[in-house]
Amino acid sequence: MSKSFLEVDGLSKVYPDGQGGELTVFEDIRFALEKGEFVCIIGHSGCGKSTILNVMAGLDEATTGNIVMNAKEVIGPSLDRGVVFQNYSLLPWKTTLNNIVFAVRARWPKWSKEQVREHSERYLKMVGLDHALDRKPSQLSGGMRQRVSIARAFATQPELLLLDEPFGALDALTRGVIQDELVKIWEETHQTVFMITHDVDEAILLSDRIFLMSNGPHARIAESVKVNIPRPRARATIFQNPAYHKTRDYLVDFLINRSGSALPDEDGKPRVIDPSDVASATEASKPETSAKAVNA
Amino acid sequence: MASTNVRAALLSVVFLVLFLGIWEFGTQVIAPQENLSEYEMLMGGADEEARVPPPSEIIQHAIYELSDPFYDRGSNDKGIGTQLAYSIYRVLTGFIGAMAIALPVGFLIGMSPLMYKALNPYIQVLRPISPLAWMPLALFIIQDSEKSAIFVIFICSIWPMLLNTAFGVANVREDWVNVARTHELSPVRTAITVILPAAAPTILTGMRISIGIAWLVIVAAEMLVGGTGIGYYVWNEWNNLDLASVIFSILMIGVVGMLLDLALGKAQSLVEYKE
Repeated sequence: MSKSFLEVDGLSKVYPDGQGGELTVFEDIRFALEKGEFVCIIGHSGCGKSTILNVMAGLDEATTGNIVMNAKEVIGPSLDRGVVFQNYSLLPWKTTLNNIVFAVRARWPKWSKEQVREHSERYLKMVGLDHALDRKPSQLSGGMRQRVSIARAFATQPELLLLDEPFGALDALTRGVIQDELVKIWEETHQTVFMITHDVDEAILLSDRIFLMSNGPHARIAESVKVNIPRPRARATIFQNPAYHKTRDYLVDFLINRSGSALPDEDGKPRVIDPSDVASATEASKPETSAKAVNA
Repeated sequence: MASTNVRAALLSVVFLVLFLGIWEFGTQVIAPQENLSEYEMLMGGADEEARVPPPSEIIQHAIYELSDPFYDRGSNDKGIGTQLAYSIYRVLTGFIGAMAIALPVGFLIGMSPLMYKALNPYIQVLRPISPLAWMPLALFIIQDSEKSAIFVIFICSIWPMLLNTAFGVANVREDWVNVARTHELSPVRTAITVILPAAAPTILTGMRISIGIAWLVIVAAEMLVGGTGIGYYVWNEWNNLDLASVIFSILMIGVVGMLLDLALGKAQSLVEYKE
């Protein structure tokens, strides 16, 4: 059996429910990521997406199951797995530059001062912040802070990047700009990325595949949807591609109608979906349902 | 319109002038109505001395003292600067000693809930003890009044620093600790590069409270142990019935206390950060 870059096998998380019982947030989570893939995960609140990501980061522990990356089991946090948190998590007493330097130095302790600085500045330039090197996070807007946080994660060149709803706290305009920047950096670096989002359009713009989670408790990763849209993609033009609408309709339909009951394949792995095949089926079923609605 | 600062300064001056004026006129020498009796003469005709000296006299005295603050004419007659220097020396020695214990122990308690629970009962019992209550025990064990005074400062400055350090360390945002964890920092490096700067403002607040308490306590401690220091000086001048000196040294205690607080406040603003 050929091993993928990262394999998640049978992950579950059980919390005490406070009344002597137990609450299984998610169970039997199985999936694999290939090197260089950009994968988004979408699901309703409470399905445990963030917990899955934290377990992958090594910041949290699953109740059962394990994660293997590069043929090594994931135990505890590591510089091989970079994390971008929703609330940026910049160190507020350090300047923009020093927040990056902090990470770069941790990654390559033997580098000279100049080397560290040069490397850090390069990544800040990628996110367009080379003019704000000496400002403290409190002097930056939310969008700028998240850029610093993204630059910090990319600068350490981790093998796997974990993004926990990185744009959740940003307004729509800023979000769009940074999405484009993320696409740009990713196309330069081809890092493996696993990202949580609530935004269907964002997921389509960025991902190679999109995982769909069913609702918690007992949430599963039910489906893995391929995004058949060629790169490079851009926010301004992506909606002209017919596959975009098919994919979007499919995702929205899942989230609204099917996330309560969807189940993965028999073997526990997410059902692989190509919306360009399925979409015709859902479209075919549409007139039928609307006709029923009219009859009723 | 003048800014609030200027107007506040003006108002301060007005209050000062009013206060000093009332004081000055309220303490004028009352000329004796009739001749003193023989007994009163024998007692030194003490009317002139039996009053709080007016501000003018205190200012004169202050100029005299401050023109040569470090003179030394024997053990009972040293300049105000010398006395203050002794007190500051004791306060700083005790304070730094307390820091050396309180900061590491505070870190330990803050980072380990187990240690916090184990040590908390002792801290809660020891903390409310008036530092001067330790004096007899300190004198007996240390057998040296100078060192006992320093010990009393040590024991009174340790608690605010200890508790604030523990509180600051325990309440470092988990996100920042997670940043350290995802960057594989060792516990020592995490403590130095993340937890210390994150908790520094709280720690400095504790130090500021400590130095304030230490300066309150040193006066009382020196009144007890005697010999040197501003506390001893105040008491000595009271025994000399030199009220101008007493009032002058009270003012100096206030000024030095304020300077100590300003210094710590400055240090605090250096480590302060905005989220």
